[in-house]
This record gives sequence, structure tokens and C-alpha cells, in this order.
Amino acid sequence: MSGIFTKTRGLKEQVTHYCPGCTHGIIHRLVAEVLVELNVLGNTIGCASVGCSILSYNYLNVDMIESAHGRAPAVATGAKRVHPDKVVFTYQGDGDLASIGTAEIIHAAHRSENITVVFVNNAIYGMTGGQMAPTTLLGQKTTTAPEGRDASHCGSPLRISEMFAQIPGASYIARVSVHSPKQVRRARKAIKKAFEYQLKGRGFSMIEVLSTCPTGWGLSPIEALKWLDENMIPYYPLGVYKSLEDD
Amino acid sequence: MARTLMKGNEALAEAAIRGGCTHFFGYPITPQNEIPEYLARELPKHGGVYLQAESEVAAIHMVYGASASGGRVMTSSSSPGIALMQEGLSVIAAAQLPCVIVNVQRAGPGIGGIQPAQADYYQMTRGGGNGDYRIPSLAPATIQESVEMMHEAFEIAEHYRTPVYIVSDGMLGQMMEPVEFKKRKLRSAPKKDWAAVGHGGKREPLVVKTMSLVPEILEENNRKLQEKYRLIEESEYQYERFRTEQAEIVLVAYGSTSRIVKDSIELMAKAGIKAGLIRPRTLWPFPVQPFTRLKPFCKQIVCVEMNNGQMIDDVRLAVGDRFPVTFYGRTGGVIPTPAEISEHVKELLKRG
Repeated sequence: MSGIFTKTRGLKEQVTHYCPGCTHGIIHRLVAEVLVELNVLGNTIGCASVGCSILSYNYLNVDMIESAHGRAPAVATGAKRVHPDKVVFTYQGDGDLASIGTAEIIHAAHRSENITVVFVNNAIYGMTGGQMAPTTLLGQKTTTAPEGRDASHCGSPLRISEMFAQIPGASYIARVSVHSPKQVRRARKAIKKAFEYQLKGRGFSMIEVLSTCPTGWGLSPIEALKWLDENMIPYYPLGVYKSLEDD
Repeated sequence: MARTLMKGNEALAEAAIRGGCTHFFGYPITPQNEIPEYLARELPKHGGVYLQAESEVAAIHMVYGASASGGRVMTSSSSPGIALMQEGLSVIAAAQLPCVIVNVQRAGPGIGGIQPAQADYYQMTRGGGNGDYRIPSLAPATIQESVEMMHEAFEIAEHYRTPVYIVSDGMLGQMMEPVEFKKRKLRSAPKKDWAAVGHGGKREPLVVKTMSLVPEILEENNRKLQEKYRLIEESEYQYERFRTEQAEIVLVAYGSTSRIVKDSIELMAKAGIKAGLIRPRTLWPFPVQPFTRLKPFCKQIVCVEMNNGQMIDDVRLAVGDRFPVTFYGRTGGVIPTPAEISEHVKELLKRG
């Protein structure tokens, strides 16, 4: 009897450490499914980054290199330059990519490094316990912005996809979300497209995935999905910000 | 092969290519720029990859990624740039990955200056990054030796799975000397079955990593690292002795300073002073052995460095209380002359 739904072989037989309601698990699954669908699972080198997703190498069924905080795009550059024929990707959170690792990610895009970046934006530092991130929304309370983020004190949230759409070396930039089944399906398509771009040698591709952090946000899993929809999407509109096909 | 006249930095770069280097990642900084410039021009001709990074921080993490996936990788920089690389070097040491890092030292601290110095001795031997780790440091004194040590550095790196430093300086990097690239058979490197290259569906996926959240596992990893370092300490120290057998005064110097000291020893000989030199060719592991052989008639050991006294710590550890150890040094990019060193020693002897 064939199953109607099975676990993808792109994931290992492991229970994740993620909090209940965290959407990292969904995003892991999408990346894993895409790598299987493109038949590149054995041909892929992933770069894990510092943050909750550092342990992604315990779940994704590919060879992986753990990277220091923010440096995954540089690490991926090193791996890709040794193996231009292999699929190389980074999986980074917003503290990692949009704060400490801005230099590495911007220059990887500028060089049009032929890698794919899965950028998970949950508007907070999850791993370290809910501190303010560059992506934290105005007014959003965090452990280090107890009265809510104030633009006059620490600036406005960084819109990464909009910024990267301006970089000539970027080939595909899209922002997606995983807060509903419909959006999950769209996210999967975008992630697949990003990896396809790499396989076609088109250069740097990045998918920004809006994600929840119920623990950091102090919300239940269901409330968190709703909060993402109502608060994050208006500031971080979904869509394709750059696609070489459109040029 | 005939000898050719080459700049120290360029000779190092050529030696890297001949040593089988496949990938170079770096960032411009004086006085080492001839290395990346040479490799940008020559490495691609040999099928290798040269890439200029956006910073030293990025460069060392590119080195990490390339080494983690099996490349024969190097970078080069100078003192403040090496300081920026310490984050990555700690990771590379902990992940037990091979690579070579050239440090063409300049004067510090801070931005300092671009003239030669040896003020990075601590940085080269004590680590600058977090955690317990060591990096073998080879210190050439001539351009010929630079070339030979470059080959050796790759071999040590791959044999022990460790980063290896070449400790040069602005003088050695910028001067020209005749150099011979001897045909040398590369020691066969161990198989890199630890490299992340894609599992190909043929084995379990592997992870190159340094994080361990279980204290007992991390302690065990540290114990294994230290075991490796003990082995390197026992096997990889190198030194040169020059007229130490009869010496009443033993000078200790490495790199370009050791050449100046040799000249000062000639000057002292003319004045009837029996002086000798111990030259560490490896800074870590520090060669303790020649110090244990010093004769009782040695009156004093003088450590000469282009800094305010760093290697002297290791000399004192090697000597214990058997001989008095003093220091002479110049800093800021000022290079001591043979005459001033010999005058300094004469003064010491006068004082008795």
C-alpha cells in the first residue's frame, strides 16, 4: 500500500529541538523536499549558521559545515570555489544574516556567488532568548527593547529583500512566508526556483522566509501565526523582488 | 634549477603554488600585498583559484569553508589583519582543518606602522582567538628558507589537520635574495574522508563542526586536541645553533633579527667576545632542547627581538633559573643594527 504522505528522505530520522509552533521545521522540510525533487541531495553542501538553526545539520540529510556567527556566506564561498559543480547553500537567521553577517552576505551577493541563501526572518533573536534583532518591528517588545523598539533610539527594521534587489549580482530574491498552507506551498516554489537558479549557474539567489518565534514573542503557536500575518507582512511585503528572468 | 632573484613575498607565493596550493583567499594589507598580487596573476594559470575577500574576517572563513570541503588552502596578511582572522582561526583549529596562514609582520599595536616588527610573537604562539588551541608557527630567516617552509607548512597542516603559520616580517617580505626552487616531491597527503563534499547517497551525511553543548563531550574533544598538540611539540620543533658550543654569551633571535644578530656575533668575535646564537625555526612548538645543552660557562642569555620582549617568556621557561636572561629590542619598525647589539652586549659584560 502506498502512503499518501511520507517523511521526505531529505530529512534525517531526528526529532527537532525547535520550540512548539516554531516554523523552522516547516522550512527545513521545504528545503529538504526541494533538494530531493531536484535530485541533488547527495551533491549538496549546506552551511549552518549560529542561532536556533545551527543544529539544522542534525536534521537535513546533506553534508554540512557549521559556520561562525554571520560567516556562512563566506564559508559557502570557500566550499563553492572548491566545488563549483556542487549545490551549496546557507541557512541563516535574521540576527546572523542581517546583523553580524551583513558584510559577508552583501559581498557574496555582489560577487554573484553561485549559492542559495535561505534567510529565516522571525524578527527576534530566538536562540539567545528573545533579544532585539535588526528586523524587530517598531514597537515590538523584546528582552533588550522592553518598551518596544523605538526608531529614534535604534533605527527602523531592516528590509533585506528590498535591499538585495538593488545588488547587480543577485539573480533571484523573493520574500515568502509559512504562516498558512497556501503560503507554505508558495514558499516551496520559491525555494525550488532559487536552487534551480544555482543549478543553471545564474549566481546568487536568496529566499527570505518570514517565520514565527512563539517563545520569543510570548505568544501561542496559533497567535504567533496570526501575529506574523497581521504585523510582519505589512512591513515585509511578500513577493519576488528580483528575478533575472524578468530583466 | 638556477637561482633567481626574488622578493620574499613573491617567493612565498611561488612556493605556495609549487606546494600544491589550490585556493587563496585574502584581503590587501601592507607589507604583504605582493603575495596576493602574485597569486592573482599566477594561481589561475595552475588551475587554482584566487579570490579577494571583503575583509580578513571573510577571508579566513572562506579558507575555513574551502578547507572543510577538501581544498589545499592558504591566506596571507599582516599583523592587524591577522588579528581580525582570530575568530576563524579558532574555528579552524577546533574543527581540525588544514590551511596555511602567512603573517608578514608589521609594527603595532593598533594600526601601528608598515615597517618590520616581531610584535606578533604572542599572537603567533599564544593564540588570539577563544579557547584552548595551538597553531604551529614556522619562522624563516631567509627567502630560501621561506620557500622551503612554505612546502613544509602545507605538509604539517595536512598531516596533523591543523592551521599552520608562516611567520615572516616586513623586512623578509620586501627584500630580494637569490632563491632556488628545488624539485621537491610532495609528501602524500592523508585522505580527506572528513571533508564535506556531498554524500553522494553512498554514506551517511557528515558535518564539519566545532560546537558541542554537552560539556563532557567538549572536554573529550579538547583532550584529543591537546593530545595532538603534545605530539606536535615532541615532533615538530626546529632550531639552528650558531657558535653556541664555546659561547659565554648566548643570543636568542628568530627571523630577520637572527641575521642581524649573526652579524653582531662576528663583530663581537673581533672584539674577543665569545657569543653564539640560538635561533628558533619554530616559535610554537618552541625549541627547548638547545637551551638544555648550554654549558655552565655561559654567563648570560640575551633575547633580541623587534618588540618589547615577548619570546623572552619562552626563553625563560626553557632556561629556568640556570642562567640569567635579559632582553634587547627595538620597536615601531626600527631595525636594530649589528653594531648596536654588539655594543649592548659589551656593556652587559662590562657591568659583569
